[in-house]
Amino acid sequence: MPLGPLAKWLLLAPAVALLLVLFLTPVGWFISASLMELGSWQDIWDEVAAVMGTGVIVRSIINTNGISLAVTLLTLVIGYPVAYAMTRARGLTFTLILVCVVLPYFTSTIVRTYAWMVILGRNGIINQLLLGMGLVDEPLQLMYNRLGVLIGMTYVLLPYMVLTLFATMKSVDGRLLQAAAGMGARPMTIFTRVFFPLTFHGVMAGSLIVYILAMGFFITPALMGGPGDLMMAMLIEREVELSHNWPVAAIMTIILLVITLSLYAVYTRFSDSSEERLA
Amino acid sequence: MSGIRLENVFKAYGDATVVRDLSLTIPQGEFFTLLGPSGSGKTTTLSIIAGFTMADRGRVFINGRDATRAEPRERGLGMVFQNYAIFPHLNVFENVAFPLTVKKVPKLEIAKRVADALEMVKLTGFERRYARQLSGGQQQRVALARAIVAHPPIVLMDEPLGALDKNLRYHMQMEIKEISTRLGMTVVYVTHDQEEALTMSDRIAIMNGGVIAQMGPPREVYERPQSAFVAKFLGEANLIRVERQSGCLVGPGSLPVRAGEDNGSLQKGQLFLRPEKVTLCDPGTGEAGCTLRGKVHQVAFLGNVIRFEVELEDGTIILSDVANAAGIKNFPVGAAVDVTWLPEHARLLED
Repeated sequence: MPLGPLAKWLLLAPAVALLLVLFLTPVGWFISASLMELGSWQDIWDEVAAVMGTGVIVRSIINTNGISLAVTLLTLVIGYPVAYAMTRARGLTFTLILVCVVLPYFTSTIVRTYAWMVILGRNGIINQLLLGMGLVDEPLQLMYNRLGVLIGMTYVLLPYMVLTLFATMKSVDGRLLQAAAGMGARPMTIFTRVFFPLTFHGVMAGSLIVYILAMGFFITPALMGGPGDLMMAMLIEREVELSHNWPVAAIMTIILLVITLSLYAVYTRFSDSSEERLA
Repeated sequence: MSGIRLENVFKAYGDATVVRDLSLTIPQGEFFTLLGPSGSGKTTTLSIIAGFTMADRGRVFINGRDATRAEPRERGLGMVFQNYAIFPHLNVFENVAFPLTVKKVPKLEIAKRVADALEMVKLTGFERRYARQLSGGQQQRVALARAIVAHPPIVLMDEPLGALDKNLRYHMQMEIKEISTRLGMTVVYVTHDQEEALTMSDRIAIMNGGVIAQMGPPREVYERPQSAFVAKFLGEANLIRVERQSGCLVGPGSLPVRAGEDNGSLQKGQLFLRPEKVTLCDPGTGEAGCTLRGKVHQVAFLGNVIRFEVELEDGTIILSDVANAAGIKNFPVGAAVDVTWLPEHARLLED
């Protein structure tokens, strides 16, 4: 049933209202109120330049993007085979994989992060196992460094990647793969020439979701990272809670928002052209 | 030996037997059609030849080699799929080139062979287009070009024209037939459209319930069906209940009837007559032994043909198709008529 323009807007209205009240208003108010403290446009601009020139902030921007990129690639490499296995699995196997993927979703990030700390800590399960087997002489540093951050964040963000990829893979027409086999293609060729290209927009969508979510991560890097793993969200929190420097926090929020929105813009342009081709 | 041979091929899904001990031989260069209603096992049979489905029992020989357990890619067959299966992320050139690129044919050779194939299906100039930019007929041609580009000796086609409108269908039938003859290909063609099967095939196998009900050249299966199923499936058929009384066949109205090739073994059965073999004449003028009496029930004007429905005394409806030629006699609705035919055009079929 085609909807008139009015009906479409009516259906959208609750979501728009919710976003307006719970997201746009507070963020807008926070940013404008914070920046107003600074006074004139010139003062605001000077402060932006100063923030952008601060070593610790620049490093945290680089860190944040570096960690997000690494986590995105890790979830992709781990998630792609899992999602593929889900499309092949039937019955109990499928349910089992799905539960394993989705169940962590229902647990809070903080609980999951602490669970990882139990596993990865100096006296954690892994280290005791390795020591017990005599594979290492002293405990490995698996946490409070970049490795810990990547393990924790990859784990938390994996379901987003798997479920996005699964949805895309499920929509791939199996008859195309059969056709490719009938035309003499080997399994590996079918994957590289047909299956992967047909799931590529899912790879892009999943990567974008994971990257954007990773950009705003706070709890996991704070608990599992070391001093060198300062991410932007952690710095914003520090500016607000410790330094009470709201203008700097606001400017960093804007920077984070701009990076996220530009990524999204690039993605929509990309997916528009590819979806048009596949339609 | 080239061509295809199936020996006692059997396939069941759970309790449902789809193909029942099917054996057939398709010589090189033949246009062979598997015709049947949906669920008759024709698509499964094709799938077993292609290697997408493994038979539970029986053997498949392709070009003389036992291919029963061979992977689809090892069978070297060309294939046109029902939904065309055109890769949406590749353009026309890349789609047609696919069977060659996976075999690592040199680039120059690919370009030449794709150009040849596209020329053959009259799609030169469409190389850079994507499937969504093509009409149904053009997509069909891409699928056809892709099936023949690697010059496979055998091409399988699964209802390739099912999605096209009537005019385009006829046009494509002619083109497929022309190309297959020109390239000397063996074609195994699956369809549920009897007209298509009759137009294109060298030989037709009519399938029903997982077995071949009858197999032969189009004219033979059309004119000499061996069962009521085949008679009705291949176009319009009159089936008139008859029984043998003291050695003679008797039809409705206790009138004697004769059938060609009647060896007297059946005590009762159905007399088969194609509507175009049935003519109408004034009451009492029909020749005894191939005449029944009735009255005109309905007259339908079909353009090149006028179809009379004649109701016999016992209520049986007989169709008579009369060519709309100059000077044909018209019988109005309600008129008493004799329905008549040549004895060799009538066949006695088992119930």
